[in-house]
Order: sequence, then structure tokens, then C-alpha cells
Amino acid sequence: MNHRAVRAIYLFEMARTWRTLLQSVVSPVLSTSLYFVVFGAAIGSRITQIEGVSYGTFIVPGLIMLSILTQSVSNASFGIYFPKFSGTIYELLSAPVSFFEAVLGYVGAAASKSIILGLIILATAWLFVPLHVMHPFWMLTFLVLTAVTFSLFGFIIGVWAGNFEQLQVIPLLVIAPLTFLGGSFYSINMLPEAWQTVALFNPVVYLISGFRWSFYEISDVSLGASLGITLGFLAICMATVWWIFKTGYRLKN
Amino acid sequence: MPPIISISHLSKTYGSGLKALNDVSLDIDRGEIFALLGPNGAGKTTLISIICGIANPSAGQVLVDGHDNVADYRAARSMIGLVPQELHTDAFETVWATVSYSRGLFGKKANPAYIEKVLRDLSLWDRKDSRIITLSGGMKRRVMIAKALSHEPQILFLDEPTAGVDVELRKGMWEVVRALRATGVTIILTTHYIEEAEEMADRIGVINKGEIILVEQKAALMQKLGKKQLKLHLLGTVEAIPPQLADYNLALSEGGSQLIYTYDSKAERTGITGLLAALREAGIRFHDLDTTQSSLEDIFVSLVRA
Repeated sequence: MNHRAVRAIYLFEMARTWRTLLQSVVSPVLSTSLYFVVFGAAIGSRITQIEGVSYGTFIVPGLIMLSILTQSVSNASFGIYFPKFSGTIYELLSAPVSFFEAVLGYVGAAASKSIILGLIILATAWLFVPLHVMHPFWMLTFLVLTAVTFSLFGFIIGVWAGNFEQLQVIPLLVIAPLTFLGGSFYSINMLPEAWQTVALFNPVVYLISGFRWSFYEISDVSLGASLGITLGFLAICMATVWWIFKTGYRLKN
Repeated sequence: MPPIISISHLSKTYGSGLKALNDVSLDIDRGEIFALLGPNGAGKTTLISIICGIANPSAGQVLVDGHDNVADYRAARSMIGLVPQELHTDAFETVWATVSYSRGLFGKKANPAYIEKVLRDLSLWDRKDSRIITLSGGMKRRVMIAKALSHEPQILFLDEPTAGVDVELRKGMWEVVRALRATGVTIILTTHYIEEAEEMADRIGVINKGEIILVEQKAALMQKLGKKQLKLHLLGTVEAIPPQLADYNLALSEGGSQLIYTYDSKAERTGITGLLAALREAGIRFHDLDTTQSSLEDIFVSLVRA
């Protein structure tokens, strides 16, 4: 194991975050805080409680998940796409680095950034709404699993993307709608029955449901289903990344 | 001593159907400077990319110090440093950070003293804290070399290392390359500057249309293929070569004011004495003469056109 290479990639990627602190951390935290103000305080004060939890409190796990998903995909996809775009990928490909080590460095850094961001948003939420986490272990488990899984997914998008437009297409046209429709701002039980069935095909529903359960013990689907879907998506992403490095898809000529 | 790089029957066909390499076999000796010459699109960069692990071969094998560069890629790649043709750098990193990153990527323990030496040797020490985007093209090229040297490679690939670099800097780089060779580093360079190969290389390989068409010691190549010419600057002009000089390999140039005799300088008899006597008999007089030897560029052009 070339652990020095993993460390080098990880620190290199993290350094980019600290260099672009406004864009990487401050901006998403500010955006999420605005959601708290608008949906939690302004509109939320006129909405009745959902399953015994005030609306402002109810949306906290969904908003954290919204940031985790978008930031994980964005960080990881940019992390691998930019070396491809600038040509510096030659160095990674010519170094004695296995696919596992490269992924560990890039995805590890992207996931770390998302987790840090998630925790900052959680701390920020405490300033706006009363909050309690009933199952901290499961909260952290879902946080880490989701960050890692979607960082892997972002890595795949970054490898696949041939230009900056393609880099943005999946996050904007797939991830964002799935997240907004995945129960970030509501329980799917509030939907008409037919749409509840449709919503169950949205994998993000399971992530948000499991994460919300770890806070308030209220969920749209069972904890087992949430965990199973998350692990299943993680396995698919890992298999895809393995295939990418084995074949050199869009990395090697 | 076994070659440090052994390439056997290497072929590469791209997805587009372009055959970039066709059954290339080549050995690179330990400690030499090998210049790979070839016109644009000849397959130089593809060959380097495959050896370094950037591109996959369609067929064939590359051994680096006995290590298969696919099956035993860690051992093979650890020995190689690559300076690519294009200036691929991280624009917003500092020189120090990017060179240190390269060392880490190759699994080497941090060694600030060594990185400092590399940067000093390449006259980059004063700019170690500068962001790469602020550097000139020549400095960026040196950063690329510093990155390639950061992990103390035993083999260094320089793909067009002095492209777009001014003459002074180019000569400075030659000094760096020579100094590296003196420490035992094997250097493989591709170049469009024939004078660079002529100046630096121990051996020359010529690649054209994906095939190695010649590999030879530079000195032997110059000797084998190099022609020497005697130029006679005539007093007045002649319209045609007189019949009594037909046995000599002569050509007229400069509107008949110059007579060029091409001969083999290594032959037992060059024919110069006889030619001068024959000229006197023919009444052709000259006021000056000089001799020139064909350059590597002449040899290269004649090989590629053949």
C-alpha cells in the first residue's frame, strides 16, 4: 500500500478546500442557513408540527443531507475532473498508485469535506431551531456512508464528464431534483398515495429517512431499508470505480 | 549489463483505428542518453505514454529494469520520472507544494533538503513560494522537470523538454541533463531540435509511422550516414561540369560559381588530390574552399523521406 500517495492526494485536495474557503465552506453553510430562516422560521412558523416535531426542526436532517449530497458529488467530481481537464492526470497515471489508493485519496478528501460541512451546518442549525439527536451513532453512520457513497458517485461523474457542462448536468438535473423530491422538506406520508409509491423509487428518500430517524425516531421507511439502499448504492459505485480503473475508461488512451 | 528498459513487439491501435505503434522493439541501455527522433505523429509520445503507464498497449511488453510495467507497475513506475510535452501544471499551487506532492505520489518519504537541492539546481529556489500561474513558460517547464525529479528516478523521460524555451535556458537545461546523467540517471528524450540530439545523445533512435526505422550510436550514425562535402568557390562561373570531371561526384551551385564535391571522409582515398589536379587541367580556378559534414538533421530528413 502506497500510503504516502494516499496522504499526498488527500492533503492536496484538502488544501484546495482551505484555499477556496468561501466557495467550499462558507457559501454552502450560508445557503443552508437561508433555508432555515425562510422555511424554518418564516414559513415554518405557520406550519403545524409533523409527527410531533416542529417544521423548522423537522427539515434539519433533510437540509444537512441536501448539502452532503450536492457537496460530495461536486467536490469529488471536480477533484478528478480538473486534473483531466488541465492534463495533470498524467502524474497520477504514471505514479505507482493503485486504483484503490487513488480513490481513497480523492474520495476520502471529498467525503471529509462533506462531513465537516455537514457538522458545521448541524451546529448552525442549533442556532435557529431546538434540536436533539436521539441516535448519534446512526446519525454519524448515515452521515459518513452518504458522504462516501456520493463522493464515489461524484468521482464517477468526474471521470465520465468530457466538459464542464457534463460535470454540472448530473448534479443539477438528477441529484438536486431527487433530493428536493426525496423528503428534505416534507415527509412522503404527506403526499397523495400514488406519489408516495413513486417516491419510494427515489433512493434519496431512504437516505433522508434513515438520517431523520437518527434524530427524531421518525421515518418514512424502515431503518433496515435505509441502510440497505445506502449500502447497495455504495456497492454499485465501488464496482463502477473498480471497472473504471481496470479498463482505464476515459482516463487512459 | 541488461538494458534498463526493454520493449518487445509493442503495438498500439487507438479506438479511432489509428495505428500509432507497429511492433516496436527497443532496448535502452543503463546510464545512456537516448534521443528519439521522429516527425509529428510518428508515435514518440505514444511510446513514452505506454512505457510510463499513461496509455495501454494493444500488444507487446515493456520491462523496466526487469519489471513488467503492467503486472509489476509499482516497481516499474517508481523508477521513472516523466516530463511531458505539454505544460501540465497546477496553476494555483506553489512550486514547493506541487513538487512535494509529486514526491509523495511516488511513495517517497518527505525530504525537504532534497527538494531544495532540486529547486536550486533548476534555479527555482527563489520562486519556491510562488504560485505556478505567476511563472514564465520557461520556469513552468523547469517546474515540470523538478516534479519529475522529485522522487529521485533512475530513468527520466523528457518529451520535447525545450520546446518553446529560449536558447539560453535550453543550454541551461542541457547542463542539468548532463549532470543527471553523470549521477547515473538514464535519460530518454524526444525532440524536434536535431541540434539537441546531436549535442546530447549517446544513441539515436528514429521513429516514423509507428515503426523504429533506425537505432544507432550517434557517432557511428554520423560516420555511417554522414557525408562530407568540399565546396570550391570559383573564380568566375561555369555553365556545366566539364566531361573530364565526370568521374567525380560533383554538383554546381550558386549559379555556377560554386562547385560541390561530395565524398566519404573515411574512405582510404577521398579523391580530393585527383580532383584538384583535374580542375587545374580543365582550367577551372578557385579562390577559396571549405569543407562541411552533413548534420544529424540532414541524416534524419533523408531517413524519414526514404
